[in-house]
Amino acid sequence: MSTVALSPFRIDVVSGLRMDLKASTLIKANAVAAVVFLLIGGLFGAGVGLTRWPAVHLLSAEYFYMALTGHGVVALIVWVIFFEIAVLYFCGSTLLNSRLATPRWAWVGFWLMIIGALTTIVAVLQGNSSVMMTSYVPMDAAPHFYLGLILFAVGALIGCFVFLGTIVIAKEEGTYRGSLPLVVFGALTAAIIAIFTIAAGAIILIPTFLWSVGLIHSVDPMMYRVIWWALGHSSQQINVATHISIWYLIASLVFGAKPMSEKVSRTAFLLYILFLQLASAHHLLSDPGLSSAWKILNTSYMMYLAVLASLVHGLTVPGSIEVAQRRRGFNRGWFEWLRKAPWGNPVFSGMFLSLVIFGFVGGISGVVMSVEQVNMIIHNTAYVPGHFHGTVAGGTTLAFMALTYYLIPVVFQREVILPRLATLQPYLFGIGTAVFAVAFMGAGTLGVPRRHWDITFAGLPLAHEFPGMAYMLTAIAEFAGVVAVLGGVVFIVVVVGSLLFGRRISEDAKPYPRVADADAGGHKEIGLVGFEAPGTFVLAMVLFASLVLYYFINFKYLATLWPLR
Amino acid sequence: MPTSYTPPAKAIWWKEPIERTEVVWIAIAFLWCLFMFVWMIAWHWIGNQNMANEAYKTTPEAYAAKVEAFTAKYTVRQDKNDPSLPVVHPPAGSDVYLAASRWQWRPLLELDKGKSYRLHISSLDWDHGFSLQPLNLNFQAYPGYEQVVTLTPASAGTFTILCNEYCGIGHHTMLGKIYVKE
Repeated sequence: MSTVALSPFRIDVVSGLRMDLKASTLIKANAVAAVVFLLIGGLFGAGVGLTRWPAVHLLSAEYFYMALTGHGVVALIVWVIFFEIAVLYFCGSTLLNSRLATPRWAWVGFWLMIIGALTTIVAVLQGNSSVMMTSYVPMDAAPHFYLGLILFAVGALIGCFVFLGTIVIAKEEGTYRGSLPLVVFGALTAAIIAIFTIAAGAIILIPTFLWSVGLIHSVDPMMYRVIWWALGHSSQQINVATHISIWYLIASLVFGAKPMSEKVSRTAFLLYILFLQLASAHHLLSDPGLSSAWKILNTSYMMYLAVLASLVHGLTVPGSIEVAQRRRGFNRGWFEWLRKAPWGNPVFSGMFLSLVIFGFVGGISGVVMSVEQVNMIIHNTAYVPGHFHGTVAGGTTLAFMALTYYLIPVVFQREVILPRLATLQPYLFGIGTAVFAVAFMGAGTLGVPRRHWDITFAGLPLAHEFPGMAYMLTAIAEFAGVVAVLGGVVFIVVVVGSLLFGRRISEDAKPYPRVADADAGGHKEIGLVGFEAPGTFVLAMVLFASLVLYYFINFKYLATLWPLR
Repeated sequence: MPTSYTPPAKAIWWKEPIERTEVVWIAIAFLWCLFMFVWMIAWHWIGNQNMANEAYKTTPEAYAAKVEAFTAKYTVRQDKNDPSLPVVHPPAGSDVYLAASRWQWRPLLELDKGKSYRLHISSLDWDHGFSLQPLNLNFQAYPGYEQVVTLTPASAGTFTILCNEYCGIGHHTMLGKIYVKE
């Protein structure tokens, strides 16, 4: 054994980062668990997609609703949160050059999450807990369905506090100077959101568990929905804060980019902490018993201030890349910086596709569907899963995949196997997901419901016949969904293959991906027409124009509806 | 070299000037955010499609009784597609009671085009989703709460009510009808 093994730290030859070995093991454990659960969630998803595809209609109704419940729980909760814990430990410990606080507690959290996730999955597979991820009362699941989620949440909560403890230790022991790095600040945002999100989950899932074992007489359905969505929607905001931190991180790793403005980016993260939690209302806009004043204030995140934050990140992340590229010499015209980006590097391509899909597909649809009145023509249609596959699959999952291609050499110290396949993978998954999302949103606007086994209503006397276009869009969506699942399978093959068979990275390996200091290029005067990032500004204006246009198209359609008050 | 994952290059980073790209974008984005907020409020006056958010607490038993009384009073015929189901034709302007339960919307309704109705929606068991097709108008229904929507059918024809909130194994078979007469 070398002296490195005796020391609690190692200096990584690829990244130059100094790593606490205990943290490193925990990052590996959480990331591997995440990838395994992604496989499970993806298989459930394949079952759902191949059933909703009218020409295939694979599963029986019973197995379809079971698979859909499993897909929601595993892909939307288990996979992302395991990966997020890995990211929190990486940001708190590795990026701050610090040891991890209380690794033992981190392991307790890890095993609670494993046990919790498996408990809930077993409950789902046993068949009497096909209640969907949302498990609206008074529909009831087996008690261990809720218990598993609670254990998982407690484990995740421990992970958040280990991260917070690590930040405190790092400050105390002076492992970094000045303010927290932006990426860690973003991760801290995610952890803070996670804590109040999980608290909301506990407030509603614990009584629901007690109700399921007969200790509580009833749980009010409206209270359940209001509080459950403070878990359900806000947990997606943990994802947003995390994957945006990853965008900033990858922009720096690949391009040597630095934030265009620390002040702007941090303020945007702060807006998330202040206003994202209000998004619970997005799911309650067509519900009885809530006033329009409440709905408007909450659904708009208090005057759209959290939307503003996302619009800001959407500019500053590619903007930071543009500035770095221009300083390095790619300063010609509007888009040379983008054309000369390493599109064959999955760390970059995954991140950039994630950014584009999150903005154009998930972002625009999200802003429009959360308008109090527009929601009436969208609520619970296929539009909803279309939207959130744009955010969570195309945005978060793809960003996590991109980062994984970096973690393999740096944390796992293995070379990525099958590099050509890895190059292709983000496109396969990203484009598959984006087409799925858009086509399913289209089907939703034609009235196709979400979570529905048979939109042909075969054999029913009151059957409704959807327009042919609705079937076509559903088929396109599910075909693209299968492509996305294939992209997921390729990802898992590459990751697991690299961990098992990838060549160990030698001590004299070269940094990957290799980055030169952008400022060293000596290009001081950059940009066009007085803008340092004119290309990004143009892209942002394209997003803006699309959003405005789409917003009014929806109001035009809404205005053709029956008068309603 | 400063990056996003190392501490800010300048210790006093909050006094650094903001570059023009960001300033212009933030201004545009912020104005649009304000516009959307105001527009959503304004639609309550300038638009014809708004939820009144009129709702009452009830119980499944009490609501079922209301629906039964309503059905008994205004039934005009049995449905031609499914003769086991009553079709109810309430007078214009009246209260119309619709019950969601596993797995049907009861009763079937016949309404007059251009007349207004106070449509009450509630569930007798689990959560359900009122989804009127091909109009694509959607509301949430759950037990214990009675939602009232005043609507004016603007087009004649046959409309189907689907359930678009998952409500168990028969969810996809849950249907109802609204027939709108000229």
